[in-house]
Amino acid sequence: MRDSFRQRRERMIQLKTRREGKETDIPRKHIAKAVFGKCPDCGAMVPKTELARTLYVCPKCGYHHPVGAYLRLSMLLDSKSFRELDEKLTAPNALKFPGYDEKLQAARKATGLTEGVVTARGKIDGRMAVFAVLDSRFFMGSMGVALGEKVTRAVEYADRAGLPLIIFSASGGARMQEGILSLMQMAKTSAALERFGAHGGLYISVLTHPTTGGVTASFASLGDVTLAEPGALIGFAGPRVIEQTIGQKLPEGFQRSEYLEEHGFVDQIVPRSQMKETLSLLLRLHEKRGEDHG
Amino acid sequence: MAEITAAERVALARHAGRPGTADYISALFTDFFECKGDRQCREDPAILGGVALYKGHPVTVIGHRKGKSLQENMACNFGMPGPEGYRKAQRLMRQAQKFRRPVITFVDTPGAYPGLEAEARGQGEAIASTLSLMSALDVPVITVVTGEGGSGGALALAVANRVLMLENAVYSVLSPEGFASILWKDSSRAGEAAEIMKLTARDLVALGAADEVIPEPQGGAHENPQAVFVAVDRALSYALDRVVREGDFAQRRYEKFRGMGTPRSRKEGL
Ligand SMILES: [Zn+2]
Repeated sequence: MRDSFRQRRERMIQLKTRREGKETDIPRKHIAKAVFGKCPDCGAMVPKTELARTLYVCPKCGYHHPVGAYLRLSMLLDSKSFRELDEKLTAPNALKFPGYDEKLQAARKATGLTEGVVTARGKIDGRMAVFAVLDSRFFMGSMGVALGEKVTRAVEYADRAGLPLIIFSASGGARMQEGILSLMQMAKTSAALERFGAHGGLYISVLTHPTTGGVTASFASLGDVTLAEPGALIGFAGPRVIEQTIGQKLPEGFQRSEYLEEHGFVDQIVPRSQMKETLSLLLRLHEKRGEDHG
Repeated sequence: MAEITAAERVALARHAGRPGTADYISALFTDFFECKGDRQCREDPAILGGVALYKGHPVTVIGHRKGKSLQENMACNFGMPGPEGYRKAQRLMRQAQKFRRPVITFVDTPGAYPGLEAEARGQGEAIASTLSLMSALDVPVITVVTGEGGSGGALALAVANRVLMLENAVYSVLSPEGFASILWKDSSRAGEAAEIMKLTARDLVALGAADEVIPEPQGGAHENPQAVFVAVDRALSYALDRVVREGDFAQRRYEKFRGMGTPRSRKEGL
């Protein structure tokens, strides 16, 4: 009994929100972590300085390298407009899953992230929005309690503040180590978005490589507007599972952004170089009249 | 009597003789009228749904259907719905809302079907939009997990005010086989996986993901279906009464799922 009280108190402390007070630039130490060499698609060796200039898109073949959450935000936000939300939010190892705590520690050390999503408030061309950006370097961007909670809080923040919401998805699906509670985050995030939508909130979902499983089957698929980066793998079931199930090879381009667009699940495919201006346009088109977003 | 292991419960949950949605509908409801089709392109028999009377009152019933014979199994795709099945479920849920009748769902699926056409028609979107629709229904929603609760394909019919689970039913983020193959690259270690996944009815109640365990006869539900129908009927009717009495269906359901995994759900569970 005392033990369970102690555990609950620990949970409360761990989940307690800590909101940063100031709008800043994105901390450089985070951004500097994302660096690449060889293009996995065409094999081209591109100097890192050039990749930074092309927003980490291969200049030879157009391959969009997955980018970390802070790096992504740095490509989009106006300077000095970044304010991170729930930066320290983590969840306990509720299943007492063997080895999970150690793996989390290792992932935190390797990426400088506390979880697989960064949520923030920031401006694009002077227009304020709320962002949730998944980071596939952290447990493949898989959704556990903390990721689901941070996304939900971002939705609620946008709802309260009357701001548009932009989510960049990149996820392998559910966080296995959190079992059924990770599954429940699908319902939690979808329910929050349903409410946000009913209150007139604008939600732009941007699908990036890869977006699969429980994230595809929840918040990633619920945008008022859905964008995708070129060539991203997007689906519910992974290609390997499908091949095993149906016993045949999948066609070229199956579950890629272009395939989804063709099948009616994406409004537009937007190359990274045009992402900021596209989001800016969408924010402008949905601007509430008579409201000050400055 | 020795405690049944999680792996044994997985086997019981999948037992071919276990009562399924169609059995519960004929045992617990009267005047069932099946509603077929998603009104877009297809009828998906992996989800069975319609309108019926429960204790004399109209309700919408929706559940996964696995089928009894091999032929039925094939026709129902072994209870693995495609997007059309979830879109049919959405259609029935909207009607339930329109006609102000409770929704009762029975969950028993290995998961949503991982197939080529299912992907082409938006399996992910179909599940996501079912979740969001169900979360906001302003009528009572009760779910009974009767067999396998496999991943998002199960959850899509389980955003309910009360989630009841049969004693030997299981409910998990993915199958123990899938879990073992991802974790250890060895699906034959599924039994081991079942033990650490916390997927039994009691585990789920402890984690706040289900509300109540419905006891089964010794040896499992297939040993005495009549006794199971009586137990499910009792639990369902009690849960429905309680939810109706509490009112504020959408708000309470929202709060329940909003708290999943966070301190709020712990408070509710106590
Ligand atoms: Zn390249």
